Amino acid sequence: MTKALLLVGVGGQGTILASKILSEGLVKLGYDVKMSEIHGMAQRGGSVTTQIKFGKKVYSPVIGVAEADAIVAFEKVEAARYLYQLKKGGTLVINDHEIYPLPVLTGQEEYPGDINENLQKQVEKVKVLNANKIAEGLGNTKAQNIVLLGTVIKALGLEELDWIAVLKEYIPPKFYELNIKALEAGMSL
Amino acid sequence: MKKLMTGNEAIARGVYEAGCTVAAAYPGTPSTEILENVAKYEGIYSEWSPNEKVALEVASGASIAGARSLAAMKHVGLNVAADPFFTMAYEGVNGGFVIVTADDPGTHSSQNEQDNRYYAPHAKVILIEPADSQECKDFVKNAFELSEKYDSPVLLRVTTRICHSKGLVELGEREEVGVKEYKKDTKKYAMTPANAKVRHIIVEEKLNKLREYTNSCPLNRIEWGDKKIGIITSGISYQHSKEVFGENASYLKLGLTYPLPNEMILKFAQTVDEVYIVEENDPYLESYIKSLGIDCKGKELIPICGELNPGIIKNAFFPEEKAEAYEAEIKVPSRPPVLCAGCPHRGLFYALSKYKDIVVSGDIGCYTLGLMPPLSVTDSVICMGASISAGIGFEKAFMQGGTKKKVFSCIGDSTFFHSGITGLIDAVYNKSKISIVIMDNRITAMTGHQENPGTGKTLRGEETTIIDIEKIVVAVGIKQENIRTVDPYNLEETQRAVKEAYEAQEPFVIITKRPCALIKKVQKARTGIYCVFDDEKCKKCKACLKIGCPAISFKGGQITIDGDMCNGCGICQQVCKFNAITKVGE
Repeated sequence: MTKALLLVGVGGQGTILASKILSEGLVKLGYDVKMSEIHGMAQRGGSVTTQIKFGKKVYSPVIGVAEADAIVAFEKVEAARYLYQLKKGGTLVINDHEIYPLPVLTGQEEYPGDINENLQKQVEKVKVLNANKIAEGLGNTKAQNIVLLGTVIKALGLEELDWIAVLKEYIPPKFYELNIKALEAGMSL
Repeated sequence: MKKLMTGNEAIARGVYEAGCTVAAAYPGTPSTEILENVAKYEGIYSEWSPNEKVALEVASGASIAGARSLAAMKHVGLNVAADPFFTMAYEGVNGGFVIVTADDPGTHSSQNEQDNRYYAPHAKVILIEPADSQECKDFVKNAFELSEKYDSPVLLRVTTRICHSKGLVELGEREEVGVKEYKKDTKKYAMTPANAKVRHIIVEEKLNKLREYTNSCPLNRIEWGDKKIGIITSGISYQHSKEVFGENASYLKLGLTYPLPNEMILKFAQTVDEVYIVEENDPYLESYIKSLGIDCKGKELIPICGELNPGIIKNAFFPEEKAEAYEAEIKVPSRPPVLCAGCPHRGLFYALSKYKDIVVSGDIGCYTLGLMPPLSVTDSVICMGASISAGIGFEKAFMQGGTKKKVFSCIGDSTFFHSGITGLIDAVYNKSKISIVIMDNRITAMTGHQENPGTGKTLRGEETTIIDIEKIVVAVGIKQENIRTVDPYNLEETQRAVKEAYEAQEPFVIITKRPCALIKKVQKARTGIYCVFDDEKCKKCKACLKIGCPAISFKGGQITIDGDMCNGCGICQQVCKFNAITKVGE
């Protein structure tokens, strides 16, 4: 059975790197994998998504409405934006972190105040964490994407792989320590 | 060995394995990474050309000279390169010649949704459509072979989801084909009217041979499943269909899509109960298949507009099985793309935003975002290079109609080299009174920081001559007194230049020169520089919010500046009349 995973966030949050590491790990676990990303204009502070599908044989790389087994939202409001793609009974991981879009910054639109509560009311399996705070505690808030990667690995039950080895293929040695800690922190939650 | 690769990486790998020795491109989403990856392989000369026409011509010349050659571009790039593309169909090849067109269904990063498959029958060249990364690699190799066998350029058409999706690819070795001998043959390679007459006949003969071959071409295949439903499809649409129907349908999966295989299509249609054409965007396959007298359904079910996905197909065929989805019960704010914090374009757009009786003719690049609120400066965007020439049109029409509006054209450095120079020549030659702003951020930014003729570096990182924009402007004939080069981080200087440009009665050029804030070197140099905000001095006038900087926000009645995001460009500081913003770390 093919599993579909959607990572959503804001340009610059490192969703693509997390997706690459995850996809590579899934290949090592023996799955057929397709990963699809959209970049270009949206990169400039816009809403970004990457889609990962894995299973025995994967055809389409695209995830449609109510097709994602899990959604990982690197930013809170993005969880609400892409909720329609979550399969009923699927898992929602929310990074309790806010990045205000420009219309909110300039006061034209409002940033909703009760996102987590609202989503928790609807979705059974919700996991909320503040990956930015965790990463900050480890020395650099930028490692929040790796914290979230760890959380997803655990949520999908994929802990048996040596993820640190995969991580090292994608990260320069001077950031090994920080990111290994971030990964472990994410996996321990 | 199997490797997870994007379609673009796999195309590059195929180009390498096929023994290609010359490759050229102009960056454009979703095609950019093809040449970026080709350039990493040894044994292939690769270049960023100033535009797609140049790229296709470089590859044409190389093919005639005997090299297996590649030109890659996004769909609208082929419009720019259409002129040599059509004539190369007549001239044919010496070394195999492959042109990649990367279409963008869903307009993720493009100004239109054109379906470039139509270019193949129009120009009379072979068309090939891979459906995943493995096929991207394999089909590129097939394309070079077919190109040489049939003496024709081959158009390899991919789409965003093929280019930017990763899948497993089995790697092979490079075939060292070398560069063939070049023999002068003007009847073939000099397309005068007399030669073209003859070559056209040869092209038609070649196409007839291809019409035979395509029925046995391994790129076209039938996958038998349940024969009640027969799906004819190509490219990514095959993957979507397969996901929806699995074994519950039969498929005619087309890889060589011009010329199309008549016999194969007829045989397939006769064997299945009902024929459906599943294709993204235009009814390219459907129109042809219907012309064979086959009763089939296509666009009644599958929309022409937008990107296709399995869900759309599912809803079209099985509307009763619609999956129940969650609906967020909160109002989600929009998140449009914005000019980055520290973007050097901001100062110029802010200066222009103060004029209400101007029209701003925009162009393709990050600075297209000058049309977004709160700056809302730009009036029109057409295509690469159109800012200057369309600006001239605006100005001439206003003159004819008696409208008093000043016209500004805003174009980036890479776009200026691409196709802005000819517009500038027109402005001088035809005595236009437009003011042109060349927004030189020292890189091709939107597509992810590619080198260009102004950066002093080639695609392969070699040092080269920096083409000096100001010298071009002078050489074209803009008077020295009508040229201003300014630092757009210096708002006063920028505003002064804009005022002079506004008042000018002759073509006037402002060059805003400041590297993109996201260039790694720039980021490093500006680390620790940021603006801080003093709430006591703030009068809540919100002037700083009018520059549209994502680092500045207004939360709970108070302005805050995100020090992590801010790079200390200082535009907000210069806008604030109450000295509530100061820069630190410089």
